[in-house]
Amino acid sequence: MNRITERMNALKASSRKAFVAYLVSGDPRPSVTLEAMHELVRQGVDIIELGIPFSDPMAEGEVIQLGHERALSHNVSLTSSMALVKQFREQNTQTPVILMGYANPIERKGYETFADSASDAGVDGVLTVDLPPEEARDLNEELQRVGLHNIFLLAPTTTPARIHEIVSMASGFVYYVSLKGVTGAGHLDLNSVKQKLGEIRKMTDLPLCVGFGIKDGASAKAVSEHGDGAVVGSVFVDKMGKLADKSDEEIIKAVGEIAANIRSGLDN
Amino acid sequence: MNDLTSAENIDYSCFPDEHGHFGIYGGRFVSETLISALDELAAIYKKLKDDPGFQAEFDKDMAHYVGRPSPLYHAERWSQEVGGAQIYFKREDLNHTGAHKVNNTIGQALLAKYSGKKRVIAETGAGQHGVASATVATRLGLECEVFMGEEDVRRQSLNVYRMKLLGAKVTAVTSGTRTLKDAMNEAMRDWVTNVDDTFYIIGTVAGPHPYPELVRDFQSIIGREARQQSLNQTGKLPDVLVACVGGGSNAIGLFHPFLNDESVRMVGVEAGGDGVETGRHAAPLNDGVPGVLHGGRTYLMEDENGQIIDTHSISAGLDYPGVGPEHSWLKDLGRVDYVAVTDQEALAAFREVTLVEGIMPALETSHALAYAKKLAKDMPKDQTIVVNLSGRGDKDILTMADLDNITL
Ligand SMILES: Cc1ncc(COP(=O)(O)O)c(C=O)c1O
Repeated sequence: MNRITERMNALKASSRKAFVAYLVSGDPRPSVTLEAMHELVRQGVDIIELGIPFSDPMAEGEVIQLGHERALSHNVSLTSSMALVKQFREQNTQTPVILMGYANPIERKGYETFADSASDAGVDGVLTVDLPPEEARDLNEELQRVGLHNIFLLAPTTTPARIHEIVSMASGFVYYVSLKGVTGAGHLDLNSVKQKLGEIRKMTDLPLCVGFGIKDGASAKAVSEHGDGAVVGSVFVDKMGKLADKSDEEIIKAVGEIAANIRSGLDN
Repeated sequence: MNDLTSAENIDYSCFPDEHGHFGIYGGRFVSETLISALDELAAIYKKLKDDPGFQAEFDKDMAHYVGRPSPLYHAERWSQEVGGAQIYFKREDLNHTGAHKVNNTIGQALLAKYSGKKRVIAETGAGQHGVASATVATRLGLECEVFMGEEDVRRQSLNVYRMKLLGAKVTAVTSGTRTLKDAMNEAMRDWVTNVDDTFYIIGTVAGPHPYPELVRDFQSIIGREARQQSLNQTGKLPDVLVACVGGGSNAIGLFHPFLNDESVRMVGVEAGGDGVETGRHAAPLNDGVPGVLHGGRTYLMEDENGQIIDTHSISAGLDYPGVGPEHSWLKDLGRVDYVAVTDQEALAAFREVTLVEGIMPALETSHALAYAKKLAKDMPKDQTIVVNLSGRGDKDILTMADLDNITL
C-alpha cells in the first residue's frame, strides 16, 4: 500500500491529525536537507513535502521564493532531489514523501521518466501547483501506473462542480488551500475554512489537509479541527533563511524545535 | 487537444479550442485559486465579444481615443535604398501612447469595467504596456498597479515616470532575474491574493486561457486594417508580413487575419541579443524547447533541469524567455517562420530608418525592420512587405544616448 494511504489510515485509527511539513530541497544548502528530514520525523512530522526549487515559483510568497533561490544557487534540481529521497529511504522506509513543485521541471524530464524515477527513489506522491485537473490527465496516468498519489489542490474559489471533478481524480489526500493568496500569507479566516471543508467533506471520503497561512501549533490545531491534517511550510523556510549562515546542526535543531511545538499544538 | 500536424486545411480562425489549446500548446497551467477567475473572464469575454454594444464601445475608443485606423505607409525612400521589394509600415507607433499595446488595454479595460472590478494590475517590460494600462485605467477611474522588474525600471525610467504621472503605482520586482518574467510572476501573485476585486490586464498573447485568445482578438484590428489598406493601395495582398516577437502580440495582431491567405508569407523576428549561437538572447522559438510557464505550454528558454534561464536583449520589450502559445503552434505547423536579429543589427536599423524615413522606431520594432531589409533586398520590386511598426522610439532615447556616450 502507498505510504500516504497507510499513514492516513493509521492516523485516523488513532484519532490523530496529520502533520505535513514542507521544506525546500537543498535550502539553505544541500547538506542540511537530509538530516532536517530525519529530525522532522523525530519531532512528530507525519508526511514530508519536499519542495522542488523552480526559477519562477508563481504561487509562493517571498519567504518560500527566497528558499527556492537559495537552493537554486546550489544547482539543486528535480534529479538531485529524487536522489535525496532515495538517500532518506536508506534510513526511513515509513514516512511518506511528497514532491511539491511546478510543472516545468517535470515536463522537461518527461512524464514517464519522471514517474519511474520518482517511484524508484521512494517518493509516494506528487503535488504540482500549476497542473490543475484539466491539464493533469497525462501525468495522472503515469503516476497511477507506478502507484504514486497525485495530490490535488482545492481553493476557496473552487466551485462545487469542480470539487466533484477534482476529488474524483484525487488520491492520497486532498490539499485545501486555506486562503486566496500565496504561501506565507497572513490572512487566514477560520470560519471560511470551516465552511468550505464541510462542503468538501460531503463530496469525498479522502483525508483533507489544510495549508497556507498556518504558522504555529494553535493555527494548525484550529484548521485541523475541521479536517484531517495541517500543512506547514513558510515558518520552516523562514528559519532556514534566517539561520543560513549558521552551522548545519544549529539549523536542524531549530527546525526540529518548531516541529515539536506544532506537533504538541496539534495533539493538545 | 488537436493532433493536426500539417498546415494544410486548417482554418486558423477556429483556434484555440474551448480549453485554450493550440495543438499541444496553450491551456491553463495555473494554481487552482485562479481557475474560477479565468472561467469568469472566459464567460464574460464570450458573451461580450459578439455583443454589438461592447463592440461599438471598443470601435469608438479605437477611432477617437487611439486614433485608428493607423496608416499603412509606403516607405518609398527606404525601399529604394534597400533596392528590392516595396516596404510598407503599419504605423502602430502613431497610436495614442505610442505602441500597439493600447489596442489590447482598451479591450481589457472594457472587460474590467463590465466585470465590475475596481482595480487593475499589469506587468510590463519596456513600460509600453504599463503606460497603456495606466492610461486606460485612469480614464475609467480604476486603481492601477504596475509590476516591473527592477532592471527594467532602471533602463526604462522615462516610462516609469509616465506611469506615475498617470496615477499608477509602479512596483519594482526584485525576485529572480528582475525583468519581465519576474514582473509577470509578481502580478500573478497579486492577482491570486486580490482575485475578488482585481482585473489582471496581461500585456501580450501569453498567460493562461483565455488571455492568448482575447489579446489576439483585440490586436487583430492591426491585421484587418492592414489587409484592407493593402488591397486599397496596391490592389493585392502583401507578399510578406514581418513583425517582432516578444510575447508575440503585435505579431499575431498583424498575422492572424492573414493566416488563411495561403499566398501571404509571415516572419516573426525574435531578439537575437549577442547572437543565437552565444546563448545570450531572447529567442525561444529559435533556440528553445516546449515547456510550461506563466499559465501555458509554449517554447521556452530553459536549462536541462527545466529552470527558466536569463535572457538578453537590448530591447526590454523582447527580453522574455517565453512566447505566446499560438506562435509555438504556428512554428511547428510551418505556417510562420521565426528568425532572430542581433542587438547590433537592430540598432543599425533603428538609425537607418530614423535618418532615411524620419520615423524613429522602438528598439523592439527595429528588430523587425532589420529583418525586413534583409528580406526585401532579394525580392523583386513589384512585391510588397508589410512591417508592423509596433511602436515609437521615444522611450529608447536614453538607451541610445547611453550607447553614444551622451548624458542627457
Ligand atoms: C513597441 C513594442 N513592440 C513590441 C513589443 C513586444 O511585445 P509583443 O511581442 O507582445 O508585441 C513591445 C513590448 O513592450 C513594444 O513595446
